[in-house]
Parts: sequence; C-alpha cells; structure tokens
Amino acid sequence: MANITDLGVAEIRDGFRAKDFSAREVAGAFNDAVAGAEALNCFIVTTPEKALEAADAADSALAAGTAGPLAGVPLGIKDLFCTKGVQSTAASHILEGFTPTYESTVSGKLLEAGAGMLGKLNMDQFAMGSSNETSYFGNVVSPWRRNDGGNTPMSPGGSSGGTSSAIAAHIVPAATGTDTGGSIRQPAAFTGICGMKPTYGRCSRWGIVAFASSLDQAGPMARSVKDCAILLEAMAGYDPKDSTSLDEPVPSWETALSGDLTGKKIGIPKEYRVDNMPEEIDALWKQGTEWLKDAGAEIVEVSLPHTKYALPAYYIIAPAEASANLARYDGVRYGLRELPDGANLQDMYAATRAAGFGEEVKRRIMIGTYVLSAGFYDAYYTQAQKVRTLIVRDFDNAWAQCDYLLTPTAPSAAFGLGDLSDDPIAMYLNDVFTVPSSLAGLPAIAVPGGLDKQGLPLGLQVIGKALDEQGVFNAGLALEERAGFSARAEKWW
Amino acid sequence: MSVDTETVLRIANLARIAMSEEEAERLKPELNNILGWVEQLGEVDTSGVEPLAMVIANHTHMREDMVTDGDKRDEILANAPLAEHGFFAVPKVIE
Amino acid sequence: MVSEYRIQGETGEWEVVIGLEVHAQITSKAKLFSGASTEFGSEPNCNVSLVDAAMPGMLPVVNGECIRQAVRTGLALNAQINLWSRFDRKNYFYADLPQGYQISQLYHPIVGEGAIDVPLDEKDPDGEVKTIGIERLHVEQDAGKLMHDQHPTMSYVDLNRSGVALMEIVSRPDMGSPAEAAAYVRKLRSILRYVGSCDGNMEQGSMRADVNVSVRKPGGELGTRTETKNVNSMRFIQQVVETEARRQVDLIEDGGTVVQETRLFDPDKGETRSMRSKEDAHDYRYFPDPDLLPVELTEEFVAEARASLPELPDAKRHRYEQELGLSAYNAAVLTAEAETARWFEALLTESAAAQKASEADVAKPAANWLISELFGALNRLGKNLDESPVSHEHGAELLALVADGTLSGTLAKQVFEIMLETGDAPAEIVEEKGLKQTSDTGAIETVIADILAANADKVEEYRGGKDKLFGFFVGQTMKAMAGKANPQVVNELLRKALDG
Ligand SMILES: [Mg+2]
Ligand SMILES: [Zn+2]
Repeated sequence: MANITDLGVAEIRDGFRAKDFSAREVAGAFNDAVAGAEALNCFIVTTPEKALEAADAADSALAAGTAGPLAGVPLGIKDLFCTKGVQSTAASHILEGFTPTYESTVSGKLLEAGAGMLGKLNMDQFAMGSSNETSYFGNVVSPWRRNDGGNTPMSPGGSSGGTSSAIAAHIVPAATGTDTGGSIRQPAAFTGICGMKPTYGRCSRWGIVAFASSLDQAGPMARSVKDCAILLEAMAGYDPKDSTSLDEPVPSWETALSGDLTGKKIGIPKEYRVDNMPEEIDALWKQGTEWLKDAGAEIVEVSLPHTKYALPAYYIIAPAEASANLARYDGVRYGLRELPDGANLQDMYAATRAAGFGEEVKRRIMIGTYVLSAGFYDAYYTQAQKVRTLIVRDFDNAWAQCDYLLTPTAPSAAFGLGDLSDDPIAMYLNDVFTVPSSLAGLPAIAVPGGLDKQGLPLGLQVIGKALDEQGVFNAGLALEERAGFSARAEKWW
Repeated sequence: MSVDTETVLRIANLARIAMSEEEAERLKPELNNILGWVEQLGEVDTSGVEPLAMVIANHTHMREDMVTDGDKRDEILANAPLAEHGFFAVPKVIE
Repeated sequence: MVSEYRIQGETGEWEVVIGLEVHAQITSKAKLFSGASTEFGSEPNCNVSLVDAAMPGMLPVVNGECIRQAVRTGLALNAQINLWSRFDRKNYFYADLPQGYQISQLYHPIVGEGAIDVPLDEKDPDGEVKTIGIERLHVEQDAGKLMHDQHPTMSYVDLNRSGVALMEIVSRPDMGSPAEAAAYVRKLRSILRYVGSCDGNMEQGSMRADVNVSVRKPGGELGTRTETKNVNSMRFIQQVVETEARRQVDLIEDGGTVVQETRLFDPDKGETRSMRSKEDAHDYRYFPDPDLLPVELTEEFVAEARASLPELPDAKRHRYEQELGLSAYNAAVLTAEAETARWFEALLTESAAAQKASEADVAKPAANWLISELFGALNRLGKNLDESPVSHEHGAELLALVADGTLSGTLAKQVFEIMLETGDAPAEIVEEKGLKQTSDTGAIETVIADILAANADKVEEYRGGKDKLFGFFVGQTMKAMAGKANPQVVNELLRKALDG
C-alpha cells in the first residue's frame, strides 16, 4: 500500500470504509507529517489531539454504522476560519490569543461530516496578499524549488498559502481556503494542486474573519478535482446566519463528475492575453484548449472588454469593505490592546491598530478609508461599483456564446519569497486572471497543467456560470485527466 | 489626485492607526502609486450604469422577531483584554 | 405659516428655525440584526449576541418585524414607502460601537417624504394646525452604553442596547418655536404609540431627539445650525431651543459666528455645550453594507402593513366629534393617547351594551365621567389609566346605574369613591351599603306628609308666595330619606302636595 500521507480525500474515505486502515492510523500519519514539516511554516497552531479525537470518533462511528461522509479524513483549516476553543488569528498580531467560543459554519460542517482538524493554516494576514509574506507568524515556504540546484525559498502563493503548501507537501490531504480575489486559485496554481472558488453565496461566511464581504468565499483545496468536489459538498449550503448565503440545494457534485464535454462550448477570452506573459503560460493555455477539444468541447473566442479594469476596481472595492470590516479590531472586546501611558480611548485604538496590523493590512485600510472619504466616494467607490456592473455584464454576454471560460490561473509561476515584496502593484497583478470572476461572483477552479522550465507548476483556470459548479468541476476534470499532472516537490524539509 | 503627508495623517487618524510623520512620509508615495493606478477607472464610460448592488441574484430572508440568542455574558467577555463586573473596561471617556 | 416666536436681540428681533431628528426604538422582542433580547433593565452584557459584540466573522440578519413596523410608521406619517431600500455603514470609532460602524440607511432609506399636522394650541384642538414636513424615516442600530462613574480611571461598556432597532425620523426645519417643537414631538409620539411601533417612553430612552437649531433675522437667509444630541424630554427639547437660540443670537450680535457642531444638553445647568469628543472627524464614509442584501418590499407587503394600521388620532378625533357628538376638547383629550382612546372605547361598548342603547347615546356621559371623574381621581392618586383601580367594566356599570335611575348623581359620586378604594363592582357596593336611590312614591309621600305637618307655618308662607321655600322642603325630604330618594320624584311629589 502507498504511504497514507500520499492519499487524497476520496482514497482515505474509501480505504477507511474498506477498513484498509483505521482513522486513527490516518490521523497519526498526518500528525507526524505535520510535525516533520516545520520548515514550511504551514501552520500557526497544530491540533494533533483534535485530529486524533475526530479519528477515534470516526472509528467508533464506522463500527456503529454511523460514519459521516468525511469520517476518517483529517483536514487543515485556514486560520481565517474561527474554530471553537482553538486560537484563530487571521495570521494577525491583533488577534493573537483570540480563542473563539464558536465554530464557523463551514468548518463546523466539515467536522460534522466526520472530518478531523490537523491545525490552523498560516496565510496572508487578513487574507491580504498573494505570496504569504504578510503573516505575522512568518512566511509560508512552498515545498517547490526551482530546478536550478539552488535553494531559493519560493512563495506558495496567497493568501491561502499555508493551505497550498501543506497540500503540495502531502502533510494534509486537503484543506479549506478562502478566495476574495484569487486566494484559493493562485496558490493552487503556484503549488500544483486544485482549488475551487464556488459561486458567491454557496458557502456561508458566518464565522470566517471578513476581508471583503462582497467577494469573500470559502472553498476547498486538494490534489484532485474529485477531492475538491467531495469537500465542497460538505462545505456548501444555505445558512440563515449569512444574509448573502444562497438558498439553493447542494447537488451531489462528486456523483455527477464527468470529463466528457461533448456539446459544451469553451470560451477563450481574448483580453486575457496580457503583456509580458511568459510564453510557457501561453503555451499551456493553448495546450489546455486542445485538451478540452479532445474532451469533446467546441472552442470559441469571446471578449470580456472590461477585463483590464477588474484589478483596479477590485483594489478600490476590497480595501473599502476591508477598512470597515477591520474597524472592530480595536482592543476593546478581544485580541491585542496597546495602552500607552496616559492614553485615552482613541489613543488606545490608534496604538492597538498600529501595533496589531501588518504593513499590507494598514496600506489597504488606508486606501479603503481614503476612497470612501468625503469628496472621493463617487469618483472611486461608486465608479468602481459601476465598473463592476460592466464586468458582470461582460460575463453575461460571454455566456450567450459559451458554457465555460478557459484561462491561465496566474500570469506567472511561483516567485521567490521577497521578489515582489517591494512593489505592491506588481504583487497585485498576480490576481489579474482571478479577480474578474471574483468581482462577478462566479465559480472557478484552478487545475495544475504542467511545469515550466524551472520545474515550477503552472495552472489553468475554468470559470463557469453562477451556480454551475458541476460544469466547472467537469471541465476541470477533463483538463486533469489529460494533463496527468503527477509532478511533486522533492522533500527537502 | 495625489495625497500629501498631511492627508496621509488625516486618513490614518480616520482609520485610527497611530502614525508618525516619518511613517506617513514613507507611505505617501506608495499610496499615491496605488491611487494613481486605480484612477485608470476614470477612463471607463459608466454613464447610465448602476453601481452593482448584489453580485448573485438573491433575496433577503428576514428573521422572525424571536429571542434566540444572548444570555452568554461569559462567552461575550471571554476574550476581553479587560473586563470588570460584567462590563468591558476601557480608558475613561470624557464626553 | 410664520411662527410668532421671536428672540429679542440688541439688533432687533430674530426668528428661530428648528428641525428635529427623532430616534424612536422600534418595539420588537429581538434586536435589528441579531436574536438577542431588547428587554430593558437586564444585567450588563446579558442581552448580547456574538453579532452585537462584533466578534470576528459575525454577520447581521435583519429582523422582519422591524422592517414591517418602519413601514407601518411611514404609512401613519403619510409618507412615501420605498420598495427598494438598503443599509449603509456609518463608520466611526467609539467604545459603544463594537463594529466600528453603525448599520444605518443614508442613500436609500425605507421611508421618504411625509408630513403630519400639529395643533398649535393644545387647548384649542379645532384651531390652527401647522403641517410639519417629514424628510425621511430610516432604520438603524442603536449603540451600547458607556458608564463613566463606576471607576476612577475607566469607563465601563455595556452592549445590551447595541443593535436594538431604531427609527430615525427626520423632520424638515419647519418649526419656529419651542412650543412647536414640543407639539411636533408630542404628536409624533402619539402616532407611534397608536401604531404600536414605539412605546414612546422617553425616560427609558425609547424616544429621544437631536435638536437642530439656527437663528436668522425674520425672513432672512438660513443661519448655521447646531445639533444638540439625545434630548430626552419635551421640557428639555423646549429648553434646548430657548437656550441655544439665545446663545446663537448673543454670539452673532457680539460679532462671533455660529459653528456647525454637535452639542450636548446639560439639564442641571439648563445649557448646551460643545461635544468635542465626537467633533474630531465628521467623515463617516458611508457605503452600502456588503453583508446585507437590499430590502425589497412588495406592494402586497405594504398593503398588508396599511391594512394593519389602527384608526389614527386625527381620524379618531374627527369621528368622536362627528359620530359621537363629543366636544372638540373632549374628543382631543380622549384621542391624544392610544391608551386613553382604547379605554374610552371599551367603556363605550360596555356602556352601550349595559344600557341597551347606541354608542352615540351613551358617549357624552361616558366621556364626561371619564374626563372629569376618573381622570380627576387618578390625578389625585398619582396613577396612570392602566393602573386605574376602576375597570372600564365597572365604569360602564356605574354609568348604567345612573342612567336607569338607580343612582343619583350624588349617590354615584359616593359609590365611585368606594370603587376607587376597594375596586369593587358598583352594583355590589349599592347592594351592600344600601345606597340605592328610591323612587317609591308611597314612602316618599308619607315622608312629605310628615314634613308638611311639622312645618305648617312654612307651608303657609310658601303658599303665600314665598317660592324660595321649595328648596327647604326638598332638603328636608332628602334628609329624611337619607339622601336616597330620587330627586326628580321628590320634586314632583312636593309640587303636587304644596301646589295642590
Ligand atoms: Mg442625528
Ligand atoms: Zn441616527
């Protein structure tokens, strides 16, 4: 039998039910793998005892015939999810020590389904970042290295970089991510794994530390499309505690998975051919087009004319929402409190927030505060929301011509930690292909397609219509089956 | 539009982030860089376009008027940096 | 219409322009966006959910009842109901505001323009009314409470009120005197209590006003206004207008300028002062709350809300005058408060039933008894109508005993006094104390015969033309009958006996 830690969600689930191994063995193996991978800095806290507890419960449940759909599967949980009794920080100093008395809806659903928790995964602070360099708890390191013989530490992408790195390193079989402008898909692409951002409203946001409310969505990250489908089924569903949650039935995505795209039309958006895009990414995109043709689909060129404006619109809307969402971190009810001598209440706020927020978080709060301030609101925020309407319309028009869109996931392969940290806009450009579908709330999946010359993974993205997760999974599966991506980072940690 | 140091400090105060003049000075070009970049949105003709109100068609589910929550002071105060006599405590406010 | 109210300054007369923003707590069991209780007077931080404390990841879900009550109120204010409204975030930092923003409605309030008629003279309800414009009504969250006096160096935060639903009702600057401002609030309060959307309890803070005041030379340009926050009684509202207008006139006449600012009223000193703590940055950065969807109402929803409205005070007052024949004054007194009108209508129904008469027939004596007898007594006892020891059933019974001649007016007063003390039913009291009026002609005739015989001289004088003595005979008869004789019967029989 293969090493347990090389198994994915479906394999663990099925092997556990077939009694090939016990849940306790699985949890033990992953706990060991986690403990042995400190160099990657994937976790802010590890919870081996929680994983074992859930495993024991799964073992008893199996014996009793009451095992849930994810019984026996240990998972990582991004630290943006509030977890009852376990420190939840959003990778920020301002929430250090914060121990929620409640469980987020999504992590609660996973636990309810029988999954265990291996720990809280590191991330960009408040999910703001594309490289995992903004965490208060240190950078996450990708297990991947360039094939140049050097050992430059590489970015796992962000903000769900603890998640992507841990999955790629096989120290967790799968984990939760969240995606505001690409935070599931871009790190998936950087680390050669799959990541699915569902339709906005599919997964409840209750109990997830908010970054930008109109964009934030939880989603699964795993090493296969099928594993993503299995996890999303457990994570999704209407939640009356989230007003923006969609009251829609959750289909059995796993059961209906099919890589046969006969009769489907795939749109290739011409505006996604950006300047300076590495030739290898363009080549992979063409290759992806061929794979989908091979799966039976017809290829059409489509136009999304406002694509270019998605990123700047995003960098107004997301910081604006964040500036208000992060106002609650004030040192009064939880988290850090900085109280310099003689400070009054307002001084305490300012001191607490100056000490508690990292540089990128402050930068975005400042931008968000500025664009909402008197005299600038219409020029920035209202204009950005109008452009967002146009971006939504672009997609609607595209859907008249095709069923899915195929694009690269990110404009480059992973870069070295530190390479872009002095240039915020260059960093923001990482999300150029993921942000438009975020602004439109559409489901999109990232699937690994191959390696570049440096031996680093590259990903393809499929975007679908609202609520058509099934179609997106199916197109993702068609790519996955043909790409046959099996490369894996060599263990150095 | 470009911001000066004074504006950076005013925004920092609005956002309640303590900031020295030097920090504001350092942040100023970064903010101007980002603001200059997002201002390309001005090129888009949005006349007659409504700002987006809701990204995926949905409708408000209203709660019933029932008491279903509360009565959990210990939980509410559990993470407080300072709580006394069932209250959160903050430096004295003079109104 | 221009108000008569003027401030005398050194440079001549000034007029005052007043606009009010009234915050009214919506009557609801649970908060606007959480399931925590709105109960008044609970232990600190006990009516608080994770949402009200703005814990990380918590989200608001709107309470439908609060929306319904806002719509009903808007309809009662003759206002435009907006089928599409939305919540916005108003951003500022304060310890009573856990989210760091208040969820309110700036750009698209649920209720638009309306108006109410306010009587200028309470004593003359059919006299002149002034129409005060309503600019808007929006729904928003209340803040928590800060206690400053429990610790020498710290303030304590209680979030029990955090998230309680408020309606902010913004008037046009249509008022020109302290009395008009008070009359407007009184009328508004009356309407809200009729609708049942707010209990109007100003002491408990369920209703409070932000008072916007400016002054100008008569007919001149509008001056700069100040806003005095959270004024919580009619008297204080009038005081704020008076002192603030005076202050502004003095300031301007001394060569100063009025600054647009937020002020605080100090009831002990009777003056307003600048509220510097909230002055630093009036840049609330309103934007639509992305955690909430727009509130989309259907015409049917609005129609149902309209159908659920009770008869409102103005309509009721007119009906009392026209259908029940009550005086304008009585009709106004009985309709000013929903509670009074409810009590009166119960009394009326029961009176009509007890007397097998129409409501119109029994309305006047019922209104008179309620206003002069019961209100007088309650006033003496320092009680409200809802604490009345006399129930409307018993009131109706008492009125019926008078109508059917069982009780004279004098006896009725006696019985009423006993009712106030014991809370017993009047028929029972009449029975027990033997207070029944007698119309038994035989018994009365016997008494009269005795009296005439004992006072033969007076009978002579009377028959000789001294008419005034008739009263003497009535008095003697009543005395002999221990006050229980029907005075009409006594009169009749005496005339017969004396005049032949
Ligand atoms: Mg106000
Ligand atoms: Zn207000």
